[in-house]
Amino acid sequence: MIEVLYFAWVRERIGVPRERIETEAATVMDLINELKLREERYAWAFDDLTSLRVAVDQELSGFDAALAGVREIAFFPPMTGG
Amino acid sequence: MRVIVQAEPFDLGALSNAFAADAGGAGAVVTFTGLVRDNGGALAAMEIEHYPGMTEKAITAIVEEARSRWALLDALVVHRYGRLAGGEAIMMVATAARHRAEAFAAAEFLMDYLKSRAPFWKKELTSDGAEWVAAREVDEAALKRW
Repeated sequence: MIEVLYFAWVRERIGVPRERIETEAATVMDLINELKLREERYAWAFDDLTSLRVAVDQELSGFDAALAGVREIAFFPPMTGG
Repeated sequence: MRVIVQAEPFDLGALSNAFAADAGGAGAVVTFTGLVRDNGGALAAMEIEHYPGMTEKAITAIVEEARSRWALLDALVVHRYGRLAGGEAIMMVATAARHRAEAFAAAEFLMDYLKSRAPFWKKELTSDGAEWVAAREVDEAALKRW
């Protein structure tokens, strides 16, 4: 089980701020592809990866990051702080 | 060094005065304050979302990076989240150093990185509806100068 968080328009498209997901996915990309097949709302949220960022255990990561031992993943658009 | 992430307004004067008073040995204190632009009255409010837990860690890492590049005596970052009105202060940074060049450079570095590496997302609410603020390429490009 992995805790998956969504922020900003990614959260709005998926419809929940966080959820626990049962997955065997080896990498972030594998998880994205798995979710896109599960339901249309994931396909919509993950449609354009160039406008998506990912944090693995609260560290910015690449889509190729491995999920073994990972507790928390977050998906969000490019950040707009400041 | 202090990182404050809060919904409540902050007292710019009190924080600036306390920061300067505590910056022992400093010859320069630079403060920057970011305000919500009201776009000529078109903005009803701005909603700022963040990633509790990661936000504090990401900002702390940015401040540590600044401290490794410049001889800072102290640094402060305050960033708000939640619903803000036009003209309200969103965030501030303060840096203290022996000389102004370091304090200015570090403050700019902190601002550039907070823009695109701290997990905040802004949504503008206007009479036309609500829209997420898109990240600007110029902000991402600004990181390359460091």
